[in-house]
Amino acid sequence: MKTNGTGAFTGRIARAICLLALLLPVLVFASERVPKPVINIDRQGKCVEDSATMRREHPDMLKHQRDLTMHEGIRTRKHSLKECVECHASAKTGSVLGAKGFCQSCHDYASVRIDCFNCHASKPKLASGVKP
Amino acid sequence: MSADANDGLSRRGFLAISAATLGGVMLAPGIRLIEIAGARAPEQSVSRQVRWGLLIDTNKCAPGCDDCVKACATENGLKDTGHPRTDAQWIRKVELKDMRTGRANSVPVMCQHCEHPPCVDVCPTGASFKRADGIVLVDRHICIGCRYCIMACPYKARSIVFEAITDQNPDVPRGNGCAEGCTLCVHRIDRDQQPACVEACTKAGHNAMFFGDLNDPHSEIAQRVAKYASTQIRADFKLNPGVRYQGL
Repeated sequence: MKTNGTGAFTGRIARAICLLALLLPVLVFASERVPKPVINIDRQGKCVEDSATMRREHPDMLKHQRDLTMHEGIRTRKHSLKECVECHASAKTGSVLGAKGFCQSCHDYASVRIDCFNCHASKPKLASGVKP
Repeated sequence: MSADANDGLSRRGFLAISAATLGGVMLAPGIRLIEIAGARAPEQSVSRQVRWGLLIDTNKCAPGCDDCVKACATENGLKDTGHPRTDAQWIRKVELKDMRTGRANSVPVMCQHCEHPPCVDVCPTGASFKRADGIVLVDRHICIGCRYCIMACPYKARSIVFEAITDQNPDVPRGNGCAEGCTLCVHRIDRDQQPACVEACTKAGHNAMFFGDLNDPHSEIAQRVAKYASTQIRADFKLNPGVRYQGL
């Protein structure tokens, strides 16, 4: 009898530990201790491809387009960086950069350096007559 | 009577259309019997049939006028960084004087868009290249900033950017550590506009600069080049620049 009681108690502790171990990731993420990228899209409407494709393949699309534009003068708007910036610039800052900027927040999260905007404009062209 | 005239017109129109259609028939993919002239669609690549060029009438170019230089700076976002000796310079005014006769000229000098560009020959990465329509450009994605092209250019047309740049014109990406020079406002040409310098010169009423397709016999520049004597700077190098000067 006595040994059986100890066994049940140990079993209960083991079960509790297992449950805690299973719940741990849920608890951690629920408490938002891990920073997540901010993805604010102010402009309504659909992107040129679905989100999964865009997340995985946008660097390849941009590289392909840049070579076409630079060397062959093909200036279609679909995969051009200028169009990305047009749509995804924040309504507040007017830029895709900044801590909550569409490009920078994700690239910071993934720890991928973003070189595009050393040369390219991170803000859309202002309509004529509008002052910054 | 009027009905007849209309009939005649429509028949002529029909003939013109059918001729154009026949001429445009593809012999093989990409090869046509007659290349159809006209504006290029955005998804169409630049054509080898075109050779963009500039003609500068030095008789009309006034000494001290720098409208073209200012327009270039505004269009391409060339800002004064407070270091004039190292600031990028895409176009500059050069004052010339023949000491024997006293005749003075003032001419804008920019990238001469050579047919055989030395900057392209020396570039170790292939960043400096000539587009099919004759515009010489730097692909900044490939440029490593070695400055060989700056050394090789006999016209001193290339610069390097020494400082980080912000607030670029979205059409003209520019950045620290890359060689650059006049692009003939390629972003404007691709939209069927004229380079900013030419537009400014015409707008101010100087009419000293002409831009167009040297290969198109109907273009104003081709007709002027055929009619008036024009020279290329340092023609002895045999680089065949696309920029020509009249009255030099």
